[in-house]
Amino acid sequence: MTAQELEVQQKRELDKKEEKTIPVRTFLPHTDIYETPEALVVVMEMPGVNREHADITVEDDILSVAGRIDFSKYEKFQPVYTEYNIGHYQRRFSLTPNNFDARKISAEMKDGVLKVVLPKAEQVKPRKIELK
Amino acid sequence: MALGFSDPFDAIFRFQTALDQQLESDWLEGATTGTGAFPPINIFRQGHDFAAIIELPGVTKEDLSLEVRGNTLRISGRKTAAYGGNASTHRRERISGSFDRTVNLPVQLGPDRVKAEYREGILTLSLPRAESDKPRLIKVN
Repeated sequence: MTAQELEVQQKRELDKKEEKTIPVRTFLPHTDIYETPEALVVVMEMPGVNREHADITVEDDILSVAGRIDFSKYEKFQPVYTEYNIGHYQRRFSLTPNNFDARKISAEMKDGVLKVVLPKAEQVKPRKIELK
Repeated sequence: MALGFSDPFDAIFRFQTALDQQLESDWLEGATTGTGAFPPINIFRQGHDFAAIIELPGVTKEDLSLEVRGNTLRISGRKTAAYGGNASTHRRERISGSFDRTVNLPVQLGPDRVKAEYREGILTLSLPRAESDKPRLIKVN
């Protein structure tokens, strides 16, 4: 029997700062952020969101991602047993000002995972510090 | 409980509330299945038949396998979140690893009629009920 290494992660709900006109619950996608010498990469899990329904914007040094779910597939379904909730996704991250070349930002989506690549602007590429 | 979609603005919110109400409902009680195992499963009813919807973001079709036997479903595979040698982590929330979960359903499934579809990290299983398990109308004379 394969060892169970994975545990269920509960979805975290978005802390609403503004009031919504439509009462829909929104969740924060689980996110990994890592850096390579060339870029900052943000990876977000948004199962059920296809590329047309993902909105990515960078404005005023804030990366905003929103993903919309198509609820119409659930129209005739009645829940009898649930372990997780379903909703749209939204999350924002502040970026270091002037670090990135906005024109070179790219994104791809596969199997419900969005990957946003923010290439670093030339002048901020890391410089290795030598240990003497 | 009928989920009417008459008011489009309220509909999604009411659906989400209904999902909350069925969180760990006792529909699976009595069988061996319980919560906590990965991946989390939602089960819906559509008329006499059922559908199971499972979220598996980042799992590719090749890394997923499904077995159905009688009224037992087995879902197993690997979820990977690896970023290569020169990546330095700022934030880590995604989990990765292998999974193998078995669910015992309290209904007899139509053999050979279970269908599975996997898109955008969501596995949708349509689980038609076996003919012998469907309720029959009994006339009162």
